[in-house]
Amino acid sequence: MFALIDGNNFYCSCERVFQPRLQGKPLICLSNNDGCAIARSEEAKALGVKMGHPWFQVKHLEKSAGLVALSANFALYGDMSSRMMSLASELGDSQEIYSIDECFLGLYRTPDVTQRARNTRAKILQWIGIPTCVGIGQTKTQAKLANYIAKQADRKPGSYPPRLAQVCNLVELTERQRMYLFGATDIGEVWGIGRRISQQLKEANIKTVQDFVQLAPATVRKRFSVVLERTWRELHGQSCIDLEEIPAPKKEIAHTRTFGQPVRELQPLIEAITEFTSRAAEKLRKQQSLASEILVFIHTSKHRPGPQYARSITVPLVRPASDTNSLLSAAFRGLRTIYTPGYDLIKAGVILMNLSSTHVQQTELDFGSSMSDRGRLRKRKIKHAKPLLTQMFDCSWHFHHGNCNCPTLAKCRTPLQIESQNTSRANQPSAVLTATARTHAFPPVEYGPPAAC
Amino acid sequence: MLILDYNQPVPVQIGQPIFVPLYSGVRAGFPSPADDFLLKRIDLSDELIKHPEATFLMRIKGHSMAMAGIDDRDIVVVDKAITPEHGKIVIACVDGEFTCKQLYLQDGVTKLRAANPDYADLVFKDGQTLEVWGVVTSCIKQF
Repeated sequence: MFALIDGNNFYCSCERVFQPRLQGKPLICLSNNDGCAIARSEEAKALGVKMGHPWFQVKHLEKSAGLVALSANFALYGDMSSRMMSLASELGDSQEIYSIDECFLGLYRTPDVTQRARNTRAKILQWIGIPTCVGIGQTKTQAKLANYIAKQADRKPGSYPPRLAQVCNLVELTERQRMYLFGATDIGEVWGIGRRISQQLKEANIKTVQDFVQLAPATVRKRFSVVLERTWRELHGQSCIDLEEIPAPKKEIAHTRTFGQPVRELQPLIEAITEFTSRAAEKLRKQQSLASEILVFIHTSKHRPGPQYARSITVPLVRPASDTNSLLSAAFRGLRTIYTPGYDLIKAGVILMNLSSTHVQQTELDFGSSMSDRGRLRKRKIKHAKPLLTQMFDCSWHFHHGNCNCPTLAKCRTPLQIESQNTSRANQPSAVLTATARTHAFPPVEYGPPAAC
Repeated sequence: MLILDYNQPVPVQIGQPIFVPLYSGVRAGFPSPADDFLLKRIDLSDELIKHPEATFLMRIKGHSMAMAGIDDRDIVVVDKAITPEHGKIVIACVDGEFTCKQLYLQDGVTKLRAANPDYADLVFKDGQTLEVWGVVTSCIKQF
């Protein structure tokens, strides 16, 4: 058996814990640079604010309906998330943290599950002030669906039986009761059935979950796919998807941002791309992977007047690499190719693709070093790339946070302080690091504090 | 009324305790005779925090709890896991704002008492709600 615990409107709930006056008010949290709504309270949903709604389009509601918009404070949400996950883990024997606000729990030897789930929910609400919903099912897909039912029953009375609100256990229901619930649920709400497949299913007159589970598995596989058959089996209580207690390494790493102000010149773009690539490369090294390709993109805003421009390019690396230098030179080559002056660019980003593990290496004939890879390091008589990287990593930790020159917006962030200055920079002799940072400057971007953005 | 600066409830950093050494430094050459008597260092997090997930720090603004030893600019440790009872010092939400007061729950009377004769108690009228956010377990003063 599996349970899924999920925080209701998580970011909004986090903000409300520390600003109780926001209780009952329409509240949204805005993405980086106050671009669009990424979390909405029930009251904001009732006003018609959609997920991803651009802020300027709903800004008028601030005056007319008392809508409150807060800039996202991810440090705070991360902290509240780890507290919630720690309390949630008490319910099951094993835990998979699925996203910042939800986790699956494996329930193998848990007696009296429903009552325990209610207790866990009450404990999370009291201890950290975050309301949650719990769904329990034979499989992960069932648990997801049960969670959806628990949420709907809680926020829209009348949609489902009220006793299923907040905690819904599909396992303890009879077959008839389950079918009734499946019949009342749109097929698009099932985990693993996206917009396109649900469209296809609806065209085939399969509208509810009940319609879907009554198909024969062979039909599902033949007419759709083996992946959809797996979903069918999961809904029937045959577990096909296991808990992933250790997260699998990511297959792509992206770092993208919307700028607070439009950018026209190449220089600030180079600074931004440097920042993005360095951060992505840090993540890449952390999961011990190498990237073979890097995608760079820039585009204008479709919401602003003026000429539109959107280009992206994928630059292959000579050898899979994880060092910032190789990735940066590839990223710059890409950026120079796609950059055209004269446009108000609003967003840029890099995506590291085609990742492989550092433990697996493709051997090759000696084609010599290329400029973009090791050559540059050798040319500068730096023998070991590794310590250099370590130093750069330390430098970026040292200078990164709060020293960004990129235009950013955060109109009303809750100024919460997560840790004190001296804990984050423990054990880093700052004078030495500054000196190192300035000696090993790479063209075309210097790694000193000013250019590292 | 004593209003907490709501910018200031600080999620507590767990796992990076501040160590208070109870033992003098190491000397080269001669083995320290104190080696066999080493003490475990005191971990302030252990001392101040019973429920790490439910503990937050808040900075106090105002003087209404001065007699209870909580002064302006002090930091209080707030534990949301503890059930509020009569006589406990609590962080409460009154009309959407945080306030630090002593909870009075006796003879059918519910009120928030200030620990300073200059400040009146908060008594609740019909329609007003009192929500206890957390219980204050200790107070940190920095001089």
